[in-house]
Amino acid sequence: MNTQEFDVIIIGGGITGAGTQRDCAMRGLRTLLIERSDIATGATGRNHGLLHSGARYAVNDPESAAECIRENKILRQIAAQCVEPTDGLFITLPEDDLGYQKTFVEACRRAGIDAEVIDPALARRLEPSVNADLIGAVRVPDGSVDPFRLCAANMLDAKLHGGQVRLQTEVTGFIREGDAIRGVHTRNVRTGQEEDFYAPVTVNACGIWGQRIASLAGVSIGMFPSKGALLIFAHRINNMVINRCRKPANADILVPGETVCVIGTTSTRIPFEECDRVAATPEEVDLLISEGAKLSPALASTRILRAYAGVRPLVSADDDPSGRNISRGIVCLDHEGRDGLKGFITITGGKLMTYRLMAEMATDAVCRKLGVDKRCATATTPLPALIEPSNGKGALICECENVTAGKIAQALDRLEVSTLTDLRRRTRVGMGTCQGGLCACRAADLLAQANGCVERERADLADFMQERWKGNYPIGWGDMLREAEYTQWVYKHVLGL
Amino acid sequence: MRFDSVIIGGGLAGLTAGISLQQGGRSTAIVSTGQNALHFFSGCFESLQEPPQRLLDLFAGAGIRVHYEEGVRLMPLGTFRPAALALEDIDLLPAPCFAGKVLVVGFSGFQDFFPGFLADGLAKQGMACRTVQLELPELEKIRLSPSEVRSVQVARTLDRSWGRVVREVVRLLEDEDAVVLPQVFGLQDASVLKYIREGIPARVVFAGTLPPSVPGIRTQMLLKRRYEELGGTFLGGDEVVSAHVHEGVVHSVATRNLDSHRLEAGSFLLASGAYFSKGLTANPFGITEPVFGLDVEQAADRGDWYDPDFAADQPYLQFGVRTDAALHALRDGRPLANLYAIGSILGATRPEFGSGAGLAVRSAFAAVDQILKENAL
Repeated sequence: MNTQEFDVIIIGGGITGAGTQRDCAMRGLRTLLIERSDIATGATGRNHGLLHSGARYAVNDPESAAECIRENKILRQIAAQCVEPTDGLFITLPEDDLGYQKTFVEACRRAGIDAEVIDPALARRLEPSVNADLIGAVRVPDGSVDPFRLCAANMLDAKLHGGQVRLQTEVTGFIREGDAIRGVHTRNVRTGQEEDFYAPVTVNACGIWGQRIASLAGVSIGMFPSKGALLIFAHRINNMVINRCRKPANADILVPGETVCVIGTTSTRIPFEECDRVAATPEEVDLLISEGAKLSPALASTRILRAYAGVRPLVSADDDPSGRNISRGIVCLDHEGRDGLKGFITITGGKLMTYRLMAEMATDAVCRKLGVDKRCATATTPLPALIEPSNGKGALICECENVTAGKIAQALDRLEVSTLTDLRRRTRVGMGTCQGGLCACRAADLLAQANGCVERERADLADFMQERWKGNYPIGWGDMLREAEYTQWVYKHVLGL
Repeated sequence: MRFDSVIIGGGLAGLTAGISLQQGGRSTAIVSTGQNALHFFSGCFESLQEPPQRLLDLFAGAGIRVHYEEGVRLMPLGTFRPAALALEDIDLLPAPCFAGKVLVVGFSGFQDFFPGFLADGLAKQGMACRTVQLELPELEKIRLSPSEVRSVQVARTLDRSWGRVVREVVRLLEDEDAVVLPQVFGLQDASVLKYIREGIPARVVFAGTLPPSVPGIRTQMLLKRRYEELGGTFLGGDEVVSAHVHEGVVHSVATRNLDSHRLEAGSFLLASGAYFSKGLTANPFGITEPVFGLDVEQAADRGDWYDPDFAADQPYLQFGVRTDAALHALRDGRPLANLYAIGSILGATRPEFGSGAGLAVRSAFAAVDQILKENAL
């Protein structure tokens, strides 16, 4: 068998691509996933990490809401290691219309979401950090989910089912045979090595970048890049997710996760060319703080760790300039029926919450094309653990996130790591309070030993510190600036990087 | 309580000023929160290319040995930097290629030292390199708690058992003519460095670790000891919270621990450091000096505080307290007659004093000279 030949090629290493590869691999297909940088680098790693109950969409987008609650229940079962079942509150503040609460609760119930109106006093007891001025509260089954771990777990399971992965590999063109896509030309972005891979079906799971891949294949999809900015705080001030009970607006969701919490988001249409370099602006930062403090006043005086932004892969439907009223629904396109192009499927739209369903839809489409009759089992098969607890020992590399040398060795061994940033996405190294100030060079030392190239690791360490700084300087005041001064001193004058 | 001078900050600038004023016959007190930039000291005075005799004398008086030699020093990640004036821990090498063959020695479980990076850097200079990790039973105990295997804990342990390190290195040494060891020796007494160099039949070069800096902590301890020997009052673990200023003159300061006992003095020296030490504090709208409310030279727009390039010189590190020619700190554009700002709180507003450790020492000497001149006994 030619190892360059597969049953299906999946382009895109976000949660949708990883989920699709897992599903395909579990149905017995020979799979290859191609990603031009690393896993979870796009919208997958740049969101709230919210395990939506669907309540947020209940009023305006009942279909998405129903999908969310179904997937919410499934993820709690299959990805327990990535999920924190915190529950959530939808609060009404004095300046909001309390009448909306009734509409909201009814819509939730229609979508199958268990929404319970509770007394504001009870809400204050359940969630002491909530704005004490609230005049209404609804409890819903929200939670938090670690998207990095979820993505890595899907990819690991695909691998355990025989799947192959090429990270840092860019699709440069398609191999066509008449009106059919028969494979892809690729180039390794690090080494420049060019390779061709063949498969009767290729899945485009590139999020917002799907538009570019589609046009490379000669078909057109109108995507709608919508930027969302978020702030991550150094402390977890809330135990439950806190939402505003009103029509979705800026900075109205506060999500706790492990030791931190995240406020977001905004929604701004951006030109397609900016998708590769989105960053939070000072205006967005100020807005997120002031609006966030309305959900939980303690936010205003809590240290911020990073500001970041992601791009929602929405598919254009109308001329709404904000993108907020566009359906977050799933779009699965079989380009054979749509454009007369055989062997090519696009899966896009949707959201982190519905990745598994998106993967199921894409895999069903792949199986139809290949004449494979095997049912999806991802809704009932738990994802594997990333790091075996027994191996989580050894010297402590990252104090903030409690990452040991053992954990890092395991990630290097089985989770496709080539840079410090890759390692961060899989182990959380450098994500804590010091933002890499202490742990990055320790981890770099281990990485250099593993890949045997110190020179490359020196450059990688500089890249990693640059990447951390990118999210730090937009919120560079208070303790963050203290940390930044310290890090500047250590890396420039003590270590001499 | 009344002193001739009260110094806010117990880092290199504050201790240099305190020692010099005590030597000049003045009574002084230093208020120190505890940690300061000496705990992260690289051991090298980068901006002092000429050694001021005063600094050498002051350090010699405190029992701190520094040496002056134009050369390069080995950095922890295997690169080299020009250097001239440094603590004795730092080897000032005539050239980056300082040996034929080098043995780089790390300690198992100690992650804050980087033999792999060092060996790569040395190999680039044409030196053959071998790295070994010593398994020291003495470190077993601290290894039980992985978060404690840091430079100071290792140094504390090795202060008692450096002899074993020497024996192990001698046993492992083949035909190497140089050995690189981490800077984790002589926390209490720098003589250990000499004994190690004498005990190993090869050139011994000590390379830095992640902070805390063992040479820096020893330096801080010796300067503080010297200051107290000279009769200075060191108020450690305390913090100045407010000041009484009347008609452009500082009368007293209040500290957290001394409660109603204000510290009065004829002159005050503000050596409270930059952001990390909280001499300067930043909020989204501006950068302030929290004790006296001094004028801070800064860019008005927050967008101009940072360079998006991590490696670039950061604008916020240039900001600092405004002063007149004699280092009197300015408030509302006017100098406070008896308040002097010294050390890193000045940022880059006084480039003539250099930066880092050089700025600390030079600005301290300049302020001390002013005080001794303005208030002759």
